[in-house]
Amino acid sequence: MTDRTSPPKISFRDVGCRFPVRGGHFTAVDRVSLDVGEREFVTVVGPSGCGKSTLLNMAAGLVTPTSGEVVVDGRRVTGPGPDRGVIFQQYALFPWLTVRRNVEFGLRVAGVGAAERRRRADEAIALVGLGDFADALPKTLSGGMKQRCAIARAYAVDPDVLLMDEPFGALDSLTRVQLQEQLLDTWSRQTRTVVFVTHDVEEAVYLAGRVVVMAARPGRVHRIVDVPLPYPRTEETRLSPEFAALRNEVWSAVHHQAPVEAPAR
Amino acid sequence: MTAGQPMDAAVGREPVMDGPAPDPGEGAASVPEPTPAPDDGEGSASAPKPVGVAAPHGARRVPAPVLNVLSLAAGVAVWALLAAHGVGGLPGPEAVGRRAVEMLRDGTLEGDMLASLRRVLAGFALGTVLAVLVGFLMGWYPVVRALCEPYVQFFRTIPPLALIPVAVVLMGIGETPKIFVIFLAAFLSTVVATLQGVVGVDRTLIDAARVLGARDTAVFLRVVIPAAAPFILVGMRIGLGSAWATVVAAELIAAQEGLGFRMQHAETYYDLDTIFVGLVAIGVLGLVMDRLLLLAEHRLTRWQERR
Repeated sequence: MTDRTSPPKISFRDVGCRFPVRGGHFTAVDRVSLDVGEREFVTVVGPSGCGKSTLLNMAAGLVTPTSGEVVVDGRRVTGPGPDRGVIFQQYALFPWLTVRRNVEFGLRVAGVGAAERRRRADEAIALVGLGDFADALPKTLSGGMKQRCAIARAYAVDPDVLLMDEPFGALDSLTRVQLQEQLLDTWSRQTRTVVFVTHDVEEAVYLAGRVVVMAARPGRVHRIVDVPLPYPRTEETRLSPEFAALRNEVWSAVHHQAPVEAPAR
Repeated sequence: MTAGQPMDAAVGREPVMDGPAPDPGEGAASVPEPTPAPDDGEGSASAPKPVGVAAPHGARRVPAPVLNVLSLAAGVAVWALLAAHGVGGLPGPEAVGRRAVEMLRDGTLEGDMLASLRRVLAGFALGTVLAVLVGFLMGWYPVVRALCEPYVQFFRTIPPLALIPVAVVLMGIGETPKIFVIFLAAFLSTVVATLQGVVGVDRTLIDAARVLGARDTAVFLRVVIPAAAPFILVGMRIGLGSAWATVVAAELIAAQEGLGFRMQHAETYYDLDTIFVGLVAIGVLGLVMDRLLLLAEHRLTRWQERR
């Protein structure tokens, strides 16, 4: 699946981000270097306050690094763009638009004609299984359906890179597993690079080809754990001893870091 | 209402999975409604009730309009009772009704209502249009906000009525000063609400639009405006209230017709009946316009999750 010999799709080069706070600076991300290959599925896991969301937002172009740079497809990231889809934990659906119009949003601002827009939106909606709810408003949807709509909205503009910021964090575990399977299923059928931030170790291992474990204060890469389990992954994968071993390994990497006090946001 | 045809009509009937319950239809607007009916939290009608505590189910769900009418009838009855016992020379409903019919026959009531309505509409329209414009600019550009905010805050503390003398001196005694003070009243209420709406737009929604490829103009037209719409509509309703509150006083300025003028005129003749006709007319007109705005608000903001 992953081709790490060709030039990386996403390259974090010595990237850092500091926020001014009262009486000094808070270093959210401290000189992180990381390459993500074409079609790779990388998860980033770590304690809260370790800068994993900041790292993702820098790749999205929503946060500007204070040092270093993020390079996507050989070009330095200077702002957000439709080549990098972002899924937010809070769904961020436009509540005044129906599911279909939400999904059409990116196509509409790109000036895609009505018929083509509709076709591509319906395709994306069908892909996430929301076909019966295309005309529903977000307020009538459950959390899982909202997030599926957000994912369809990102798929519709067909980005090369999908940046997901704890997308399933607010969902119940049953829904979460469903959406994980669905995500892996689409990912394996399409050519997309995914960076997926989570605080759930099991989720991190289940989805990823590589798990990046971050440490807090300052936010930095602590360890990188390869997940050599074959795709497609199934229920059996979750129950296998290999999976358990990897999960334990990542778990201790996350939880047995040098002790840090409760992180300030 | 915007370029993005955001408010889709045919929705709301869809089956709901495990999400929040569908809007019960009559969502509470952000502005408290003067509801005469005894209201014990109508919105929570679907919540399970403790057994054997609440009133019988049938009695509990009297439709609100019925209660509204009942309450109105009771009010009129109390009024008639008070008048019949000669409280302070208060005219009764039938005397006021007779006077209203007389005034309708000779055309004065119609003329006065139209004159007042024209002033309110002109001032209100000018005020809200400018307020929405200025409010958006203030919310979007910190520089504009810093430049405008002192003036908005300063003039907000001055009741528009206090400006009437200034308006008369500067603008004479024609329609201009009357419309001006109404304009100011409507403008000041709406501009603050619009500003709040723009400033309060969920940052994540703007981010979501930008990562989907939207530039500033598209973000503004397709995200900021619809997201701020509920605030603007509430501001407009408050502005409308201020406009009606101001019109009567504005008609003190050498008016020849108008409900305020008529009431002033009647006062010199101790003509309480006419004063009451004017009062009721202002109340009814204000209520009708408020209902129209509320209707618009419901249509335009039905996407909101209401509690």
